[in-house]
Amino acid sequence: MAYEINGESIEHDEEGYLSDINQWTPELAGLLAKDEGIEMTDEHWEVINFLREYYEEYQIAPAIRVLVKALKKKFGPEKGSNKYLYELFPYGPAKQACKVGGLPKPTGCI
Amino acid sequence: MEEEWDEDGPEVVKRFMYVNRKAPYGTVYALEMLEKVLIAAAFEQDVHVVFMDDGVYQLKKGQETKGVNMKNFSPTFRALEGYDVEKLYAEKESLEARGLTVDDLVVPVEVLTSEELKALMSKQEVILTA
Amino acid sequence: MLLHTVNKSPFERNTLESCLRVCEDGAGILLIEDGVYGALDNTAVADLIKKRMGNIKFYVLGPDIDARGLANQTMIEGIESVDFGGFVDLVEKHSATQSWL
Repeated sequence: MAYEINGESIEHDEEGYLSDINQWTPELAGLLAKDEGIEMTDEHWEVINFLREYYEEYQIAPAIRVLVKALKKKFGPEKGSNKYLYELFPYGPAKQACKVGGLPKPTGCI
Repeated sequence: MEEEWDEDGPEVVKRFMYVNRKAPYGTVYALEMLEKVLIAAAFEQDVHVVFMDDGVYQLKKGQETKGVNMKNFSPTFRALEGYDVEKLYAEKESLEARGLTVDDLVVPVEVLTSEELKALMSKQEVILTA
Repeated sequence: MLLHTVNKSPFERNTLESCLRVCEDGAGILLIEDGVYGALDNTAVADLIKKRMGNIKFYVLGPDIDARGLANQTMIEGIESVDFGGFVDLVEKHSATQSWL
C-alpha cells in the first residue's frame, strides 16, 4: 500500500500510517489531510509541527492526554484543550494529527 | 482505548510495577516493556518502573544506534514524566555490579537496595517482569 | 585457530564462561550484541576476561558498543574494537567460527 505523490510511491500500513517517517514532506501532509477530510490551516500546522518536534525529542507520538498537557504548557489553555484539538482533528486528534504528520500511531490508542 | 478520557480521572487505580531486567537491544523485551508502561500510563494507573540486573543498561546515557540500524528508544524514558510516570527506581546492587552510578543514566531514578525493593514490590497489585 | 562469537550478556547468562572454559590459547573471542557488556572494566564480571587476557585475543564489535551507550566507558585493557568489516576479516583469518548463542 502506498501514497502516490509527484510520481513517487510512499509506503504506508493498513491504517494509513507511513512506513518510514523520514519520507514525510509538508506536501504529503496536504494529501494525507485531504484523505482525512481536513483542510489544513495555520492552527493545524501548529499542532503537526509540535507533534513532529515531540517525536524528534522523545521518539514516540504522545498519547492525547500528554499532547493536551504539553500544548497547554507551550500555547496556553485555549489551545491546550481536548475541545480545541477535536475541532481541528474531529476523528481523534492524536490519531489523525499523527497520521497527517507522518508519525506512527500513538502507543495506548487501540 | 478511546481518545477521550474522563476529566475526573480513572475509576480504578491500581499499583502497577514493571520490572525491567533485560539489556536494551539484544532482545525485544525492553522495548515491549516500555510500550506496556506507556499503555498503563494512558489509563492513569499508579505506575512504578524498576530497573534491575541488565535492565539498568536501558537507561545508559549516550546510546547511538545508527551503526546497528535499530531505533534508539532511550529518549522515550525522558517522556515518561509527561505521562505522569515519575516513580522510577534502580536497584543499587545492579548498578554497582556494572560500575554505574545515577550520573550515567538518562533520567533521574530513586536508587533502592534489594531490601527496599523487596518491600516496595510486596505492596504492588500487578507486577510484570521482563 | 577458532574464532568464537559471544552475543549474551555475561551478567545474565553463562555463555561467556562456557566459551572461555573450552577456548584454547591462541584463539579469538569476538563480543557482539549483548556480549559487549563483558568487555567493560570495573564490573563484577570483568575478571572472566582479565584472567585469560594474554592467552586469548579479545575483540568487541564497535557499533554494538555505541548502540548501548558504552563508547565512553572503560574497556578492559587489551580488547580490540572492530567494525563490521573487521568482523569479516576475523572470520576469514580463523579456521572456523563458533557462534555461541
